[in-house]
Amino acid sequence: MNAILLSLIQAVAVLLGITLLAAGLTFAERRLLGFWQDRLGPNRVGWQGTLQIVADMIKIFFKQDWTPPFADKIIFTAAPIIVLTTVVLAFAVIPLGPFAGIMPNLNIGLLFFLGMTSLSVYGVILAGWSSNSKFALLGGMRAAAQTISYEVFMGLAVVGVVMLTGSFNLETIVAAQTRLWFVIPQFFGFLPFLIAGIAEAHRLPFDLPEGENELGAGFHTEYSSMKFGMFFIGEYASIVLISSITVVLYFGGWHGPLLPPAVWFALKIGAFIAFFILLRAALPRPRYDQLMSYGWKLMLPLTIANLAITGALMLAGIE
Amino acid sequence: MSLSGYDIVFYAASAFALLTTAIAITRANPLYGLLNFVLSLLGMAVVFYTLGAPFAAALEVIVYAGAIMVLFLFVVMMLRLDRTAIARESGWLTSSIWIIPILSGAALAGELLYGLLGSTGPAGAHHIVSPQAVGLKLFTTDLAAVELASMLLLAGLIGAYHLGRPARARD
Amino acid sequence: MFIISAIRTLWLTFLHLFHKTETVQYPEQKPYLAPRYRGRIVLTRDPDGEERCVSCYLCAAVCPCDCISLQKSAAPDQWTPEHFRINFSRCIFCGFCEEACPTSAIQLIPDFEMSEISRQSLVYEKEHLLIAGTGKVPDYNFYRIAGVATPGKPKGAALNESPPVDPRGLLP
Repeated sequence: MNAILLSLIQAVAVLLGITLLAAGLTFAERRLLGFWQDRLGPNRVGWQGTLQIVADMIKIFFKQDWTPPFADKIIFTAAPIIVLTTVVLAFAVIPLGPFAGIMPNLNIGLLFFLGMTSLSVYGVILAGWSSNSKFALLGGMRAAAQTISYEVFMGLAVVGVVMLTGSFNLETIVAAQTRLWFVIPQFFGFLPFLIAGIAEAHRLPFDLPEGENELGAGFHTEYSSMKFGMFFIGEYASIVLISSITVVLYFGGWHGPLLPPAVWFALKIGAFIAFFILLRAALPRPRYDQLMSYGWKLMLPLTIANLAITGALMLAGIE
Repeated sequence: MSLSGYDIVFYAASAFALLTTAIAITRANPLYGLLNFVLSLLGMAVVFYTLGAPFAAALEVIVYAGAIMVLFLFVVMMLRLDRTAIARESGWLTSSIWIIPILSGAALAGELLYGLLGSTGPAGAHHIVSPQAVGLKLFTTDLAAVELASMLLLAGLIGAYHLGRPARARD
Repeated sequence: MFIISAIRTLWLTFLHLFHKTETVQYPEQKPYLAPRYRGRIVLTRDPDGEERCVSCYLCAAVCPCDCISLQKSAAPDQWTPEHFRINFSRCIFCGFCEEACPTSAIQLIPDFEMSEISRQSLVYEKEHLLIAGTGKVPDYNFYRIAGVATPGKPKGAALNESPPVDPRGLLP
């Protein structure tokens, strides 16, 4: 009974932590983007603008929650819930530190993560379809094609790590990196994984499903108030998710000298989040056909070659 | 017979899968049908997990629910079905059209029940099938089936490449 | 190769973290506004303290958004406008009125802080527009230069003006 209570408390703590972190990220992103564009960003509400999140929250809660009369009401409401739920569920398998996390010991942890990210595309597609408007539909279709293409080599890229450790268990994978982070032997697995992660989170430069300048706001054109807020929080939570899974798979999880494990984990995740924001500040969005050809003609062959070489080296007995 | 937690989850997930499948095949709107089918696949994944096949469960979610059904959804969205198409579809779903599927389904169910009643093993035997076991079986005893399936996929790939080339390059 | 250019872009953008920010913290920190900044419109007076505006309607004619409205006074020998109205909710601060004005009456000054809660209060009447001073051209008095006769200044007495020619005279 005590164990169940403990894991329940942990689950609630992680859920709250993720939501708050995602909300805080909206502020951090605007501030960082500001600095990278020689601006200041929001710095008025509270000390250095830290209460901006609260102001935005209040604003978004009091907006009119409007469902368009031409929309498919049930699916329209369900879509943002699917996005947020799948992203938050995927956090269940992330080991946050030694013996911390909701169920980091799940023997198919990595597959669970892949499954949840592949399910989260439903939220986007259904939002696009149920809005019953052309921009939203185009955004949803782009999301479908993009996610399927990038999911393929995302799955193949992590197989390199799975081959080295022989396990889908994320805790085992972290434990295997005490001496050498997998980013060194698996660099050509890490690179496609990170790029696919950006594409899965619909972040710039791969935010074609939203593409403000050509599609209005893409799949969430018709959304307002907290339904839009859920897409927003879901997107930021998936940035945190992709960052933490990259750290777990390729950057040794919580391992690091001197500092306590939790601090190391937070530092590494923070660095990746900052990198995602830097990508947004620096890179332009590719054309849709360019996106597809990067995926199928560059990344997929790269991952397959990485897999073949890793397998060959392992067969030859070289780690 | 006492029910353990696993058994409760197993029966609940099975009932969920059956219910959503029933809803899926009776919808006139293909998108609702597809969505219920996705739910049914997720229920199946839970069933696999409770039966001790976590790898199969994960593949069910990733491959079937996460990739193949997304493609189906993609096609339905591309076709852009409007109200008239749905009305025509529901016109086809008359009661007489159900007779043959019900009869053949009943025959299948009868065979299944006959087989189940003859078997001795318990329904919820939890011996966990590891991913290694699946891989070993696929690439040793079932190698011929894997190769045949990959030949089929290769044929599909070549066909898709042929159709996807620009019209001028084709002739 | 796009990967190299992407990495270079990332690095250069990252370096902007250490650059000086361009933002001016406005209410506390005022930005520098040049003397010829085109802000709020004023009506100036000549050095004698008289209104400069002679109601020629050139500003109203040139205004691209038709925000200036004025009416010449009905009294004879008086050229000052009866009313002069600028709707600042329409004004685009292009400065054409200042360019068009022959008497330098209408001028744009470096002041932009004119936000209002009600739109109606953005319609400025003559008493709101008129200032006490001469604005950007301190010593300019239209009537001293123009050829028109005014009380105390007959024809030909203006600055740089030759005496009027008698067309009936025979002398060269």
